[in-house]
Order: sequence, then C-alpha cells, then structure tokens
Amino acid sequence: MKFREWLDAQEHRRQKTEAGREYNGYNFAFIDEGAKKEIRRKILKAVAIPGYQVPFGSRELPIARGWGTGGIQITLSVIGPDDVLKVIDQGCDGSVNAVNIKKFVSAVTGVKTTTDTLEAAVIQTRHRIPEERMTEGQILVLQVPYPEALRTVEPSELETRRMHGEADYSRMWLYLFEDIVKFKEISIGARYPVMVNGRYIMDPSPIPRWDIPKLNMAEALFLFGAGREKRIYAIPPYTKVEPLEFDDFKFRVEDFKGASCMRCGKKDTFLDEIIDDATGSRTYLCSDTGHCDKVLEQNGDGGTCGH
Amino acid sequence: MAMVPILDVKGLTKIFGDGCHLCSQSTGPEYETNVCRHCGSIVACSDVSFKLYPGEILGIVGESGSGKSTVVKLLHFDWDATSGEVFIQSTSMDKSININGKNLFARSPYQKRQIRNLFMGIVYQNPHLGLRMDVSSGGNIAERLITANWRSIAMMRGRASELLEKTEIPVERMDEPPANFSGGMQQRVQIAKALSNNPLILFLDEVTTGLDVSVQARVLDLIRNLQSELNLSMIIVSHDLGVIRLLTKRTIVMKYGRIVEAGLTDQILEDPQHPYTQLLVSSQL
Repeated sequence: MKFREWLDAQEHRRQKTEAGREYNGYNFAFIDEGAKKEIRRKILKAVAIPGYQVPFGSRELPIARGWGTGGIQITLSVIGPDDVLKVIDQGCDGSVNAVNIKKFVSAVTGVKTTTDTLEAAVIQTRHRIPEERMTEGQILVLQVPYPEALRTVEPSELETRRMHGEADYSRMWLYLFEDIVKFKEISIGARYPVMVNGRYIMDPSPIPRWDIPKLNMAEALFLFGAGREKRIYAIPPYTKVEPLEFDDFKFRVEDFKGASCMRCGKKDTFLDEIIDDATGSRTYLCSDTGHCDKVLEQNGDGGTCGH
Repeated sequence: MAMVPILDVKGLTKIFGDGCHLCSQSTGPEYETNVCRHCGSIVACSDVSFKLYPGEILGIVGESGSGKSTVVKLLHFDWDATSGEVFIQSTSMDKSININGKNLFARSPYQKRQIRNLFMGIVYQNPHLGLRMDVSSGGNIAERLITANWRSIAMMRGRASELLEKTEIPVERMDEPPANFSGGMQQRVQIAKALSNNPLILFLDEVTTGLDVSVQARVLDLIRNLQSELNLSMIIVSHDLGVIRLLTKRTIVMKYGRIVEAGLTDQILEDPQHPYTQLLVSSQL
C-alpha cells in the first residue's frame, strides 16, 4: 500500500469512527483522542527510558481504580481496529476480570479476541506472562497495583524519586540481604525487583518469579500501567532485565518438584496448586489456560479449558 | 617537602534562612549572637577554614550552638553549604574516582554520595542517625559495602564480623538489630559501620556524650587504637576538653559560628589566648 493510500484509509476509518455507531456510541476505544495522544506520548517516553516510571493523567473508566485501569488505558491507546486482543487474569482467559475487560474493549473498538498468545497483537494481563514466547511486534500490557519497587523500603514518594534519580539502591539490596540472613533465602514470591538496562530498579508487577527471566532480552514490548498510582513504564524489546541477586545467593524460579499439569501433563509450565479439602491431596493445573488448551489440541484432545 | 593536607576547607559558611549581605558582618563572637539582626537568619558557621593532614586527629571544641557539628555535617554532605569550598587530596590509587583538586561542594548529589561512600565515615552522637535500628548490625555494616558494589553475602558477613570483633561487639550478636544493644554498644556498631569502607577521613560528632564514664573510656580507647592501627585522619567534635586532650594533636575553638582560636591542643589548653578559650579551660570541672 502506498503511503497516500494508507493515509486515505486512516481518514476513512476516522470518519467511520465519528459516526460513532460502530462503537456503541463512544469514540473509538472509549477514551477521547486527546487523552489517547497524551497516554501514547507517555508510553513513548517510558520506552525511551526503560524502567523509568512516567506519571500520566489517569482517566476515569467505567470500572473502578485498582481493577486494571492502568492496563486498560494503555490497551485502549495502542490498539487499532484490525488488531486481535487477548486478555488474561493470572494466566486464565476465562476469569471474571479478563472476560469483562475483553468484553469492554471489544465493545468500544470492535476488535477480535483470541486465547492464542501468538495470534494476539495486544495481550493485556494481570500477574502473569504467557508461557509461549512472544514475538516481535507483539505488545504485552501488564496491570500494576504498586509501580514503586522501592516502596517496600521507603514510604516517601519524594525520597524514592531521589533514590531513583541518584541510583541509590543500597536499601533495596539491604532488604534482600536481611531476608537472606533471616530466612536463608530470598522470600519474595511475586513482585521480584529487577534491574532494567543496568539503571533503574523496577517493579515487574506481581508476576511470579517464574516469569522474570522472560523479561530479559524479550522480542516483545512490555508496557506497564498503574491506573490508581498514575504511572506508566516500559521494557522495550531486547532490553537487559536482571533480577537482583547476590554472587552466592542466586535468583531462582519456583520449583514444582517434578509435578505436572493434571490436564495437559506439561511439567515445564507455571502450575497452580489445587488442594482437595476433603482428602488433602494436591493436584496441579497449568496457570496459563490458553497454552494448556493449545497443548491438548496438539495432542488431539480438543475442548476448551474448564477451570 | 611540605605535607599535602588530606582535607582542605576554605571559607565554609552555612546560613539558615534567607540571608542578607549583612549576615556575616552582624553576627559572631564580637556581637555575641548567631542571629542576623537585619534579616533574622541564623548564621550557623561563617568563613571556617582549616586543613587536615594525613593521619592527624583534629579537634573542634565549642559550646552548644557554636557551629561545630554544622561543620562536620557540611563536610559529610548531610547539609548543603551556603558557600565555601572543600578539597580532598587522595593518594590511594584503589579508589575509583578522581577527586583531587576539585571543589567537592560543586559536585552533583550523586557524585557527593559516591565521594562520601568511598572516602568518608561518620559517627553521630545519636546512634539513631547513623544506624538503622530495625536492621541487623551485620546488615547495617553490609549497607555500606553494598554501596561499594559488594555482592557476596559470605564476604559481606565476613567483613562485618571482622569489624564487629575489632570494635569489641560479640560476633554471635551480629544478626541482632542495634535496638537491642546498650548505648555504648550502639556507638561501637556505628564506628564499625563507619570503618567498613576503609575511609580516609573519619568524622566523630560528640561520640562519647551521653555515655557513662566507663563506657566513654572504652570508646575512646577504641578510637585511639583504631587510629594508630589504621592511620586514619579524623575530625573529632566535642565539648568535652578531656576527650580533646586525650585524642587530638591540634584543636580549633569555635564560638558563634567562627573560629576564635586554632593551634596545638597542648598550647591551647595550657596557654589559651582568646578570652572564650580561657573561660572554657578554666570552667572545666
């Protein structure tokens, strides 16, 4: 397509948008164009300074703050009419949060949705990164409750900004040191602090330790949105992301001790533990349901994920 | 060959408040006030200049509010100076940044912290200022080592136990927070923390004030032993002439933010020239 033709197509699309019928009476992607422009500018800044938290004017949405509004605003700002959307909540395509965000976004944009990681252009997620490695051109939008990684050690926003500005991270390291002295290991389960591009310590949102290595040198773009705290930050493709670790106490991912998913039988995925109250027995299921379905399909079993 | 001072302080001034051009002229010992009568600003110290030579212990004495702690806090970059210059001459090659011949007050906050972490140690009168009371004693020492890019738990704990042994803290209490310790022990943990990065200059701000006499003696002994062992350069701030007499070679007497007398400690204590110093010496219990 020539540039001129592309521009005309864009204009045509915009005119259709203005009619407003396609999107249930709302502007395309719900937020007004000026707001989208601002959020995109903030995203560009976040991409330019990997790991740096960019303040943005968090908009009102028809859902409450703290329910993924940061992620939704990013998704609405970057999504286009031809994109395909996937939304997951702790790995699951079918949970309440994921389903409702999916419904909302497709109602105001008309985009198609999917459960296949590789098919989606934009994936919005709460607390997980999909098991399948995302590729170039894909965007993963993470919902962030607490964007400030240093908040565990410093309650003052003014002080944490100074600490980031001067790369004064000794107190975060001290926190890990004390953890090791007390418990002989680092006891952080989710929200494991990472060093981005050798400069900023960043909160990767409450993803399990299992997902931390996926941030390093990834092909996809990671965007983090905190609606309540009004912050956007990003990890651009091919950026070095290292978990904080000591020479003699290395970062480790979760160990499931050889357990496998009771549905698809995979051993190399992040597993949810399910304890039967009656018998006390433990079983495991894949946390990433889309991936679980895909594995079953490839094995010829078919069917959608029931949990 | 003339000896090169390790620390060279020129015209150090700190004014709390807006300040005016008459501040330094209308305050000082001759006016018997710190408060500028024109603008109400407090002149904590004004035009303080001195040199500290390698391996030397310099004392700063004066009454409460004379600006002696201010001088140390300015030199440690805890506060920003209103004006003045400070230079550190480092001969050791193992420190990673070159700071020779440059005014350190003109550096960025980031560089100042680097300089502080590489070259300076400080012990405050109040251990709560120098220590994190909720973090283990070993962790307190490790914090400085982490800043100096140590990343091995075993090595940091080794260094911490070595320092705590040197400052006579039982090593088995390393994992206890300083909040559990007595005042004298807290002070010794502070000294261990200050020594952790092998500083060139150690600032001691009223370290023995508030401790009972037997504990004072132990802390002073410790400081003296460390000085002879490590050949540290130190600045000791105290209003206790006993401490000054015991530890220092050279002394500066301050009043209302000015240096009123400076010289060899023995000379100042035996033959004080300035009326204030005479009063100070004669009023000793």
